[in-house]
Amino acid sequence: MNTQSNAMNGASLGPRGTAPAVFSATRPFFWSVRRELWENRLIYLVPLIAAAIFLVGFLINLVSLRYHMHGVWFLDPAQQRRVLSLPHAMSAALIMGTAMIVGIFYSLDALYGERRDRSILFWKSLPVSDLTAVLSKVTIPLVIIPVLSYAVAIVTQLIMLLLSSVVLLGSGASIATIWTQEPFFRQSLTLFYHMLTVHGLWYAPLYGWLFLVSAWAPRAPLIWAVLPPFVICGVEKIAFNTTYFLSLLKVRLTGPPDPEMPRNADFMSTLIPHHFFSQPGLWIGLAIAAVFIAATIQIRRYRGPI
Amino acid sequence: MACIEARGLRKSFGTTIALDGINLRVEEGRILGIIGPNGAGKTTALNAILGLTPYQGELRVLGRNPWTERDQLMRDVCFIADVAILPRWIKVSQALDYVAGVHPRFDRAKAEAFLAKTTIGRDRKVKHLSKGMVAQLHLALVMAIDAKLLVLDEPTLGLDILYRKQFYDSLLNDYFDRNRTIVVTTHQVEELQNVLTDLMFMDRGRVVLDCSMEELESRYVELTVNPAQVAAARALKPIYEREALGRSIMLFDLTSVRIDRQHLAALGEARTPSIADLFIAIVGSRAAEAQGAAV
Repeated sequence: MNTQSNAMNGASLGPRGTAPAVFSATRPFFWSVRRELWENRLIYLVPLIAAAIFLVGFLINLVSLRYHMHGVWFLDPAQQRRVLSLPHAMSAALIMGTAMIVGIFYSLDALYGERRDRSILFWKSLPVSDLTAVLSKVTIPLVIIPVLSYAVAIVTQLIMLLLSSVVLLGSGASIATIWTQEPFFRQSLTLFYHMLTVHGLWYAPLYGWLFLVSAWAPRAPLIWAVLPPFVICGVEKIAFNTTYFLSLLKVRLTGPPDPEMPRNADFMSTLIPHHFFSQPGLWIGLAIAAVFIAATIQIRRYRGPI
Repeated sequence: MACIEARGLRKSFGTTIALDGINLRVEEGRILGIIGPNGAGKTTALNAILGLTPYQGELRVLGRNPWTERDQLMRDVCFIADVAILPRWIKVSQALDYVAGVHPRFDRAKAEAFLAKTTIGRDRKVKHLSKGMVAQLHLALVMAIDAKLLVLDEPTLGLDILYRKQFYDSLLNDYFDRNRTIVVTTHQVEELQNVLTDLMFMDRGRVVLDCSMEELESRYVELTVNPAQVAAARALKPIYEREALGRSIMLFDLTSVRIDRQHLAALGEARTPSIADLFIAIVGSRAAEAQGAAV
């Protein structure tokens, strides 16, 4: 098959044949990501539901907040900041935490589900390479879910600020404190940094592992995802009486170690990313993630449905 | 250049041999039906053609190696593996959007026009459609793709006769032209008789018959023998004999009996056998032999 005969066919087919020329290479990827969102609506519904539940709780709590606020005026600024920022940090943790759970279960099912219901044969009947298909799925927990839950968290925090302002106005107190002491922009910057580094990069090998298991497991991917780490920990403990693997896992799950900082260092300095990017753990993790994802692509390419 | 060309195609799963050295050549513009009992290796052969399974031997599809050049091949090849594989969660409109999004040769207007003739609503999900509707939807998607080769593996499995008839009618009238090639496997051969241009029987990993429909007509004769001439007819060594309504029906392979059609017609009513009868005669007798050998 040479290009010349293709071109001739295209010419004889008229307008149909001209379509491929304007077809961009990223289109299959874009539509594959959209397809994942159609199939897994929980990806955006769960952060929204978590935010809604938190806001309802927050609204109920606002009445008591009014009494708290009277006490807050007598605290020094540092303490004020801590008291006021607590519910905001909680809302972010709740939304991003639940979104992460969705990401974990999404990843475990992403390549297993299509083999189980044999719809992989439909996806494979279309000109979407396994590389594109797997990368579009990997994008979901590493990019889409963190960005989406970050956006939901920020909007939630803004709504919380507005609600508190309204309540405070109603009580006649000055709302200046809440906008000056409330470190909203700092918080959203920290959160953004956290989203990018921890959810997008630090957890990459964990998701890579889940995708690999999802592509390979003959059944029950959850068990296959959890069992090998357990076995490795157990064998290591029995054979060498060490727990290196367990502590490796712990570091990976709890996030990158914080840079050693004096307690009252300038806030912005904690965001300087060279601490994070100079850690060998990050790069080793990313390399492992790349290996897992490459293996996942190979397995999807060369394995049939269950 | 042939659309599909295979020489010595082999595939085994452990000790089970699924394909035992198949030779196959499908020219452009043909409609080939691959008929065989369960486990004959039909699906394995199709999977090899579609680059879904590795194989031994030589295989070229549209001039490409399907295993190593699958991504390029899939721009010109389309397939329906069986009716149940459209994802259950997808909406009809989403299926259209998605295929239009990823396939450069998809003509959405054509798919919409085909769907307009059915009762399938755009915002319904596949899981809420009947089996026949799912097949219609899948056919609408596939027919709107300007592919050179269409592979259908049991496309009408589980459909009633009306849907099956409609399926092949649409395929012939709205899709097929001389630039396309269709390969179809099925058990339900009745509707295929007037659809196929070529016929292949497979049994236990081997090709036991490979001929065009014209060859089939000139080569095989089914004879409802006059009661008085049964012995004479039997002496001509029919490849198969059965009884129906008290009369003997015999199947002759004209290449092996060295006798012409007129001569046979003198012994009874001669006609071209149906694919189903020919299948039973050729593959059924092989199965009986195998059983006899085993005993």
